[in-house]
Amino acid sequence: MEIATRKERNVLIISVKGRLDAATSPDFENSLSDLIAKGENTFLIDFDNLKYISSAGLRSILATAKKLEEKKSEIVFSGLQGSVKEVFNIAGFHSIFRIFDTDKDALIKILS
Amino acid sequence: MRILSQIKFPARIEYFKTFMDFVSSCARKQGFSQKRISEIELATEEALINIFNYAYEGNNGDVEIVCKLDNRKFILEIADSGVPFDVLSVKDPDISADISARQIGGLGVFLMKKLVDSIQYRYDGKKNILSLIVFRDNG
Repeated sequence: MEIATRKERNVLIISVKGRLDAATSPDFENSLSDLIAKGENTFLIDFDNLKYISSAGLRSILATAKKLEEKKSEIVFSGLQGSVKEVFNIAGFHSIFRIFDTDKDALIKILS
Repeated sequence: MRILSQIKFPARIEYFKTFMDFVSSCARKQGFSQKRISEIELATEEALINIFNYAYEGNNGDVEIVCKLDNRKFILEIADSGVPFDVLSVKDPDISADISARQIGGLGVFLMKKLVDSIQYRYDGKKNILSLIVFRDNG
């Protein structure tokens, strides 16, 4: 799993590559916690290059979302593919998160 | 019923990748699509993590995975000698709750049940044996 970050105005865009599984999800969650501690508060997670996610990955997302909700901040997603999209659907994550087809679509909506 | 391959290692996270690579390679040899392979990997991961975390209650123990073929069925048998536990008895999580009410746990078993065609559990010879079954012509 690799993470790359860039910023557009107040939105921190985090591109995640590879796999979010039991081995890698703790690192992902720690990275997000560090960014929240630094004061970042609007996260766009781009999963365009994410090949695989398990419940460990979903748990790290949910734990992060709970922290952000307390701060009235938001986390949104883009670029879900294949089994990652399917897992989000099965877990009902569409009902709790805003999910966009691409990072561009997401930015237009968030920044407008 | 034909055994294709099998693997046995301690039930510890250090062996997670070894188990996953084994299952992935086993499924790939059957010609499953990448999406189907990911689903099989995911069901396996959820079963393994449950065993790593709970089966041996802090003591040492092994996990054995046997990869089998039975006509159209691809079967992964995941066995441990830990405390008897029927993973299928776990209640489904509420997937309509909002963020603050969402439970952090409980999703793993739910995903596992949704992603393979059939799951069977038996306790046999002091072993928990979980069979994840995938039909070969479903992609």
